[in-house]
Amino acid sequence: MTKASTPRTQPIDQRSIASLERLGFIGGRLLIYGTLLFWAFICLFPIYWTVTTSFKTAVNVTQGDIVPFIGRFMGDWRGWRSLGLSPDSIFEISTVRDEFLLRFENSLIVSTGGAIVAVIIGSLAAYGLSRFKYKFGPWRNKDISFFFLSQLLLPPVVLAMPFLVLYKELALLDNVIGLILIYTLTVLPIVIWIMRDQFDTIPIELEQAALVDGCSLWGAFFRIVMPIALPGMVAAFILAFVLCWNEYFFAALLTSTNAKTLPVMVASQTGSQGISWWSMAALSTAAIAPLILIGIFLEKYIVKGLTAGAVK
Amino acid sequence: MQTTRTVPVASQMGMDQYAISDSRRLAGRALILLTSLGLAAIVLVQTLHAFAVIDLGFENWRPTLYASVVWATALGAGQVMIRGEAGHRALFLLPALLFTIAMVIFPTFFGIYIAFTDWNLSAFEGQKFNGLENFYTLIHDAYFWNALLNMVYYVLGVLVQYVIAFGLALLLNADIRARKFFRVAFLLPFMLSPVAVSWMIGKSLMEFRFGPLATLMRHLGWDNPAFFTTPWIARLSIMLLDAWVWLPFMMILLLAGLQALPKEIQEAAKVDGATPWQSFWQITFPLMLSVSVTAIVLRIIFQLKLADIVINTTSGGPGGATDTVSSFIFREYRDRSNVGYGTMVAEVYLIIIIVFVSLLLKFVGRWMRRENEA
Repeated sequence: MTKASTPRTQPIDQRSIASLERLGFIGGRLLIYGTLLFWAFICLFPIYWTVTTSFKTAVNVTQGDIVPFIGRFMGDWRGWRSLGLSPDSIFEISTVRDEFLLRFENSLIVSTGGAIVAVIIGSLAAYGLSRFKYKFGPWRNKDISFFFLSQLLLPPVVLAMPFLVLYKELALLDNVIGLILIYTLTVLPIVIWIMRDQFDTIPIELEQAALVDGCSLWGAFFRIVMPIALPGMVAAFILAFVLCWNEYFFAALLTSTNAKTLPVMVASQTGSQGISWWSMAALSTAAIAPLILIGIFLEKYIVKGLTAGAVK
Repeated sequence: MQTTRTVPVASQMGMDQYAISDSRRLAGRALILLTSLGLAAIVLVQTLHAFAVIDLGFENWRPTLYASVVWATALGAGQVMIRGEAGHRALFLLPALLFTIAMVIFPTFFGIYIAFTDWNLSAFEGQKFNGLENFYTLIHDAYFWNALLNMVYYVLGVLVQYVIAFGLALLLNADIRARKFFRVAFLLPFMLSPVAVSWMIGKSLMEFRFGPLATLMRHLGWDNPAFFTTPWIARLSIMLLDAWVWLPFMMILLLAGLQALPKEIQEAAKVDGATPWQSFWQITFPLMLSVSVTAIVLRIIFQLKLADIVINTTSGGPGGATDTVSSFIFREYRDRSNVGYGTMVAEVYLIIIIVFVSLLLKFVGRWMRRENEA
């Protein structure tokens, strides 16, 4: 009897093992997607919360309403009105909006300026370090590279006070040019790091061919190398731009009225206790909106910039 | 590999053969010399003016800045005139090098000078030299040592972040749908400015009365969900905020490392019957060591500058429990205008950082990539 039953049970056993494996596979999938969704929630909820809070009224805030258009939370423009950016106030004169736009413009100028200068001089230096052998006294390429990279170590606090004094003497305090200079300094090591990695991957034979054909050193760089390295330069620019846009420490110490940037405005508003949540949320939303757009549409470049050099 | 690439292109091509005439070389030297003299003269006049020795001089040092730019340009042009092709090559490096030196040298030396002065911006007297006084104050300043100890906690927090980031990177590297969505979602916190995050999470989500996180904690049985009133909870809250912002950074580095791993090895292990657990610890993890160490070291270097979140969320409170050295110095400048002492703390902190990172690189550097070239 046992002999007869064995052939019959075996296929069932195999099938049950297969289905068990299948169950385990589905369980694993569920676990993976569950964790992924949970983490996506953690990353996105604060952003969602801020955006929705900007449309809240006092009662929504105190009752902790979360989902709009259900129950009490019908959406209200008062947060945006206090910024002068709601539909009914957008054509009226608003000092807050003027202030906000001025800070926004400052942030834009300073971040773009700092990132562009850093990408230009950083790319040139990275190209030089990647292709030529330098010797400045006892310094060789390796030492020069290390000198640039070591600037990453400098905490802003070390530079802050001397720069305050220096800029006072140079009449660069509260001046966008002054901020651009210091932002260039802070992102330059990162730009050089990224671009050096980019140039190292471009075969040297291309330029050699161009040089043989009578191209000058600069001609070879601009006409042959730069078009190939352009994606890397864009990545370096975007990363530098984001870092400058978010910088708070120097901006807080070195600017007062003219050149104040957006993070300083946000910080000064959040610091005061009296200000209402909806206004703060509207301001925060407006301040992070450009970054969210960059994150969504230019994610590829951010990742490229971050991973250059560290991973190959 | 690196050395073959850094062979000078031009000299290989024989571009150095073009002779440079003596007159051109002489003109180049003259140009550099003249502008150097001009710069020196302006600096001298302005210095004398600043110390009120002579009346002649400019209102501020801005003209000196312009003169320096002119000098730097002349130096570059002179290099080309004197050395031809080699000068052109130097021209690639010079702007960045001169810029960095100019921007760093002055603050470093001037910072050291400030550190040895008694200088309070709100005091009447202005600055005066007081030797090692600030250093002795620092030795006995409990708040400084407390902030330094907090830095140890924050740096240790990086290791926890690393574990989570590695887990997330493994998940993203798995065969999943909608990877692009998850990647963007996971990256977003890194893009936001820490100042905005301080409000979004620290001051609104974690708000005691109406914040959703506080409400959630009440439901979970924590009666009094005050995130920033008791020292350890406040410190952990700051670490949470910091992790939220910075996890994506490590995650992206680790994900890139995982994607670069050769697929064959893992498949071979699977064929040989290795469990996922075994293949992770015996194959993936060892292969990821260099990327891991690079990510952790970079992250620690950034962590040592941690300030924005602390300044804007707790201002270092309660009782300095969340203080970082940077936020401590920031308050010293901002609230007490104590420039001399603050700068002394900053300089000492810089030395501590340099020693710490050098030791760190000495111990783990051999596992890092590019360690021998960068």
